[in-house]
Amino acid sequence: MQTHYIWQYIPLVLQILVALAMAGGMVAASFFIGKHKRTKVKLGAYECGMDPVGDARGRFSVKFYMVAMLFILFDVEAVFIMPWAVIYRQLHTITGQRLFGFWEMVVYLGFVAVGLFYVWKKGILDWTNTSSRGDL
Amino acid sequence: MIHLSAFQIFLLLTVLKIAVVLVITLTAVAYTVLLERKVLGRMQNRWGPSRVGPFGLLQPLADGIKLFLKEDLMPLAVERPLFVAAPVIALACALISISMVPFGAETTYQGVDLFQIANINVGLLIILGVTSIGVYGIALSGWSSNNKYSLFGSLRSTAQVISYELALGLSLVGVILRAGSLSLRDIVNSQSAHGARSWNIFGGLQIVGFFIYLMAAYAETNRSPFDLPEAESELVAGYHTEYSSMKFAMFFMAEYANMITVACVATLLFFGGASSPFGHLTDHLFATGFIHAVLPIFWFVFKVFSFILLYIWVRATLPRFRYDQLMGFGWKFLLPLAMVNILATALVLAFRS
Amino acid sequence: MQIALFTIFGLLAVIAALNMLLQRHPINSALSLVVVMMSLAVLYWSLGAEFLAAAQIIVYAGAVMVLFVFVVMLLNAGEEQRTKGSKIASIAGFPGAAAIFCLLTFIFLKNRAALGNTQLSGLYNGAESNLTRIAHALFTNLLLPFEVTSVLVLVAILGAVVLARKEL
Repeated sequence: MQTHYIWQYIPLVLQILVALAMAGGMVAASFFIGKHKRTKVKLGAYECGMDPVGDARGRFSVKFYMVAMLFILFDVEAVFIMPWAVIYRQLHTITGQRLFGFWEMVVYLGFVAVGLFYVWKKGILDWTNTSSRGDL
Repeated sequence: MIHLSAFQIFLLLTVLKIAVVLVITLTAVAYTVLLERKVLGRMQNRWGPSRVGPFGLLQPLADGIKLFLKEDLMPLAVERPLFVAAPVIALACALISISMVPFGAETTYQGVDLFQIANINVGLLIILGVTSIGVYGIALSGWSSNNKYSLFGSLRSTAQVISYELALGLSLVGVILRAGSLSLRDIVNSQSAHGARSWNIFGGLQIVGFFIYLMAAYAETNRSPFDLPEAESELVAGYHTEYSSMKFAMFFMAEYANMITVACVATLLFFGGASSPFGHLTDHLFATGFIHAVLPIFWFVFKVFSFILLYIWVRATLPRFRYDQLMGFGWKFLLPLAMVNILATALVLAFRS
Repeated sequence: MQIALFTIFGLLAVIAALNMLLQRHPINSALSLVVVMMSLAVLYWSLGAEFLAAAQIIVYAGAVMVLFVFVVMLLNAGEEQRTKGSKIASIAGFPGAAAIFCLLTFIFLKNRAALGNTQLSGLYNGAESNLTRIAHALFTNLLLPFEVTSVLVLVAILGAVVLARKEL
C-alpha cells in the first residue's frame, strides 16, 4: 500500500509527545501531591546513615572510557551492516555473483575482527587486576 | 454522520491506538510487577503479595497510590534540572519503542492499520536508536544525584548497556538478512508462510542469534543475572538511590516497560510475531470476522507472556554475574559469536535462494 | 511544512550550538550537543533520508555523545574558568568563519540546479525505499569506500588503545 512518507511518522511523533507528556506529568503530579517536610538530614546525600564524606565527583578507571570508545567504533560498524543486510538477498541478482555480498562482509568484518582481537590481546577487555597486563 | 477526511480519520485512529496501547502497556507493567512478586514468591516457597484484594490483585494499585503520596525529595547536592530530566528520559524512551510493535495481523480499517501504531521503513533502527537514547536516563540520574552509590551504579549500568547494545544490534542482522527489510511488519510477514516452521528461530536458523539477543536483552534491561547496577548488597539501589516518590517509580516502570518491549521484539523477530504456530492449518476453523482478527493478538500476548515468565524464572534461578565476567561475556563471547552468526546466516541464505 | 520544519529545527540546532559554547558546565555543553545532533537528524529526515536520520540518532546522539558525557563524568570536569580568549582567535576566527560561510553559500547557490530538490509532500513509500537505494549504491558502486571504513574503524581502535595507555 502506498502511504505518504509523513503519514508513517506522524504516529511516532505523537507517541513521543504523549510519552514525554506522561513522564513529565508524573514528575509534576508527584511533586504536587506528596507533602514536603524538609529537614537537613533528609536532604543530605544518602550514605547508609553516615554523614556523607566528600562528594561523588571522583575520577574513575580509564576502562570505562575505553568501553565507550570501543562502543562508538563497533556501533558505526553495526549501522553499516544494517543496509547490507537489507539488500543482501538482491545483491546476487544485481551483481550476478552468488557470493559477492558474502565476501564483501567477510572483508569488512575481518578488519573489525582484527581490531577486536587486538583489543582483546592488549587486555583492555579484562576487568580483573590480576589478568590485566599493566598497559592500562 | 459527520464526514471526515482520510487524514482526520487517520489522526483520530492513531490517537485512539496510542491511548489504548499506552493504557494496556502501563497496566501490563503494573501486573508484571505483581506477577514477578507472586511467581518469585512461589518459587521460594512463600506466598507473595496476597492481602490487597483477591489473590493480591489490587497490590499494584495500592503501590501506585502509595508512591504518588510519598514525599518527593530533592536532596540538596543534586543538579536539579538533570535530576528531574533523568527519570523523564528513562520512562519516555521506554514507552516510545512500543509504538513500532505490530501486535496483531494486518487489519486495515479505512486504510489505517489497526494493530500497529507506526509502521516505519526503518522501524528496527528506531527501536535501537530509542534504546541508545535511553542510556542518558541512567547516566544522568547517577551523575546528577551526586551520591557515590548512584554514580557507581550508573557507571556500571551505562558501560553494561552500551556493551550489550552491540551484541543486541548484531544479533538482529540475521533476521534482517532473511526479511530484507527493517520494517517490523515485513519481518513478521517473512515468517508467516508455514507457521512455526518458518519462524526465524527454527526455519530461519536464527537459534544462535536468538540466544545472543536474549542474553543481550537481559543485560540491556538490567535484569538478573545482569542486575549489577542495582546490586543491593553493595550499591544500595544503584542509580536510583536518591530518587523517591514517583520519580523512583518511573525508573521502576521504565525497567518493566523495557522488559515488555524487549519481549515484544523477541516475539516479533524470532517467533513470528502475531502469527499462529499452526500456520494456515487452522484458518478454516475461524475463517470469519472477529475471531480471525483477534486470534493473532492472543498468540502475540501468549508469546510475550511466556517471555516475561522466562525473565522471572531466570531471576529466581541464576546468581548475579561478577563485573569482569559480565564485560568479558559481552565483549569476548557474544560479540564475536554475533559476527560469526551473521556470516553463517549470509552463507546459508546465499546457497538457499 | 518542509520550510516550517527546516526553520524550527535549523534554529534549534543553531541555538543549541550557541548554548553549547556559552554553557560553563561541560555536561550542559555535551547535552546541548545532543540537541544539535537530534535537530540535524530531523533535518535529514525532512529531506527524505530516514535511514540517515536513524543512523545519526544511533551513532551521534547515542554513541558519540554517550562517550562525551561519560568522559566528562569520569574526568570530574567542573565549571570552566572564564578566560578572556586569545587575540588570534578573535582576529582570525571571525573573518575565517565569515569567509567559510560566504564560500559555502556561494557554492550552494551556484550549483542550486545540480543539487536537486526534495518535496516532503511528494514522497511516498513505494516498493523501493530510501534505505534500499542507499544500500544499493553503497554495496555496488561505492564498495571501496565502504570497505575502507572498516580500515578506518581499525585505525580508530588502535588510536583509542594508544591514547588510553599509561605511558606514551
